[in-house]
Amino acid sequence: MKWFKKGRWRLSSSLVFQLIETFWGGEGEDLPHSGEKSSSPRSLRGKRTLARWKESAIKTFFFANGILAIIVLIGIFGILLYTAFPAFKEIPLAEFAKKTWDPTSPEKAQYGLLSMIVSTLMCTAGALLVAIPLGLGVAAYLSDVAHWRVREIVKPIVEILAGIPSVVTGFLGIVLFGPVIAKIFHTGHGLNAVNGSFLLAIMALPTIISISEDSLNAVPSAYTEASLALGASRWQTLARVKVPAALSGIIASFMLGMGRAIGETMTVLMATGNARSFPHGFLESVRTMTANIAIELGEVPYYTTHYYALFAIGLVLFVMTFIVNLIADVILNKYQQREL
Amino acid sequence: MKKKNVVQFIGFLLLRVCLYSVLAILLLFLYDIGRKGGGAISWEFISQPPRRGMTEGGIFPAIIGTFLVTIVTAVLAIPLGMFAAIYLNEYAKQTRLTRIIRLSIRNLSGVPSIVYGLFGVILFVNILRFGTSILSAGLTLGLLTLPWTITASEESLKTIPNSYREGSLALGATKWQAIRTNVLPYAIPGMLTGTVLGLARAAGETAPILFTGAAFYLPYLPKSLSDQFMALPYHLYIMATQHHAIQQVRPLAYGTALVLIVLVLGMNMTAIIVRYRLRRKRRW
Repeated sequence: MKWFKKGRWRLSSSLVFQLIETFWGGEGEDLPHSGEKSSSPRSLRGKRTLARWKESAIKTFFFANGILAIIVLIGIFGILLYTAFPAFKEIPLAEFAKKTWDPTSPEKAQYGLLSMIVSTLMCTAGALLVAIPLGLGVAAYLSDVAHWRVREIVKPIVEILAGIPSVVTGFLGIVLFGPVIAKIFHTGHGLNAVNGSFLLAIMALPTIISISEDSLNAVPSAYTEASLALGASRWQTLARVKVPAALSGIIASFMLGMGRAIGETMTVLMATGNARSFPHGFLESVRTMTANIAIELGEVPYYTTHYYALFAIGLVLFVMTFIVNLIADVILNKYQQREL
Repeated sequence: MKKKNVVQFIGFLLLRVCLYSVLAILLLFLYDIGRKGGGAISWEFISQPPRRGMTEGGIFPAIIGTFLVTIVTAVLAIPLGMFAAIYLNEYAKQTRLTRIIRLSIRNLSGVPSIVYGLFGVILFVNILRFGTSILSAGLTLGLLTLPWTITASEESLKTIPNSYREGSLALGATKWQAIRTNVLPYAIPGMLTGTVLGLARAAGETAPILFTGAAFYLPYLPKSLSDQFMALPYHLYIMATQHHAIQQVRPLAYGTALVLIVLVLGMNMTAIIVRYRLRRKRRW
């Protein structure tokens, strides 16, 4: 925690200095003409103080906007923690680790999160199973094989894929893929974990493609040239030199895609069938954490244990995605530092 | 043919198959929605409210609702995103605090949208007492969009060469004068384009507005910012899963999906094309 205190000290001290400068008109060094102040008339000096005041006020203003991101992030965490706190007080922690989630049961309300967490992880794993080979393939194709014109066309198309609203993807999961899946696997309806996984894969693809491609492109050309000069084919160079060299960035892209899949709400809500029971296979209906919040928050009476428990799910979700994103970030940062 | 050439041929073929299957999925999406949604689209569908328990009529209130919410989102997210980007690119030095700010921004963009919804319920609906309203929903979406607008604005600021700033500073301008006269005029088009991409995503989001203001059905249009509203994505969700006569309203759901996708992709495409033009025009 030492660094944090130091950072805060620096922050507060710079604010104090700015205030002092502002009100007592101390000499800042970053302003022009400050050398000739002794010879300048009084009115001009007054103007200059005003200008300085304005400059530091502007700087402080932008600074306040800059730290907004930190405030929002901490605010989200704080509010989730604060609202979920009564749930942790009223429900024993061991209860959360159970399978059954049935908060409205007349006999005994149960708050087991395990089925939901497993469902979320199942859909995410299924999504990655599809999205990783496909995304890496497209990224490799774009960075290594494709003509630059093809790339110019395909990159915006990938952005368009990223722009499709999740509710539309979920809708297509119901009307387009659901019946197909039902036919292939001979299940009554196609709303199950397979459907959810497939849709989540589509939603994770743009992230994986664009970040993997960036890191493949960032591999120094000396590597590829050396490999080609030694007689390797372009495929060998790609598979054994470029991909390993860009591996950290590629893994980071998988993590970011995973983060998206864990947090996605509407597609899984619409396409996975939302059965509460513990899932035993990919062909069963599952209810993920996100879907459960979306289904129940609208109906639950405020300030009941059930209500707080939903925020506890939100907290678990936030922490999960936060960790996944943080890992991706650390990997990417390391990679960038090595590049420099 | 040598073995390694065969391997290369197969490998590249596989990569090509990957690309084509992704493109095929996207085309299938657009084709299905375009074909089945196109049949539902008429002037009445666009301009009339739903009738008879939403089994007939149009989606006019949902279009208006989405439009209004997106305006609130823009009013919050565009200036805040721009200011934060100006701080990060023009003022911030490479300190630990700056690194933490950047880390927070990247992490914010990974926070699940439903979590933003929970946050909005507590902060805007309960604590600030905006109720379930356009204002609450718009502000929630604004926070959701913030990391994207900051990143996009900063990208735009980064493309302005340093000589622009230095030239102005050398002539005696203060830092803010240099930014205002020599950086912002050139950066703002790019900033706005990037921001529109973020707004398009916000317009298509459903999870954050589920509990902050979107309504199942309203017989009237919202009159003020503190009214509830109907929104296109939420309307599609209802028509697809919650309606009592789901099969009967399928065409309406397809129509809603088409309008939503045209709206969102239209915003996207405009931004992408403008950005492409801006990049090509740039010769410095």
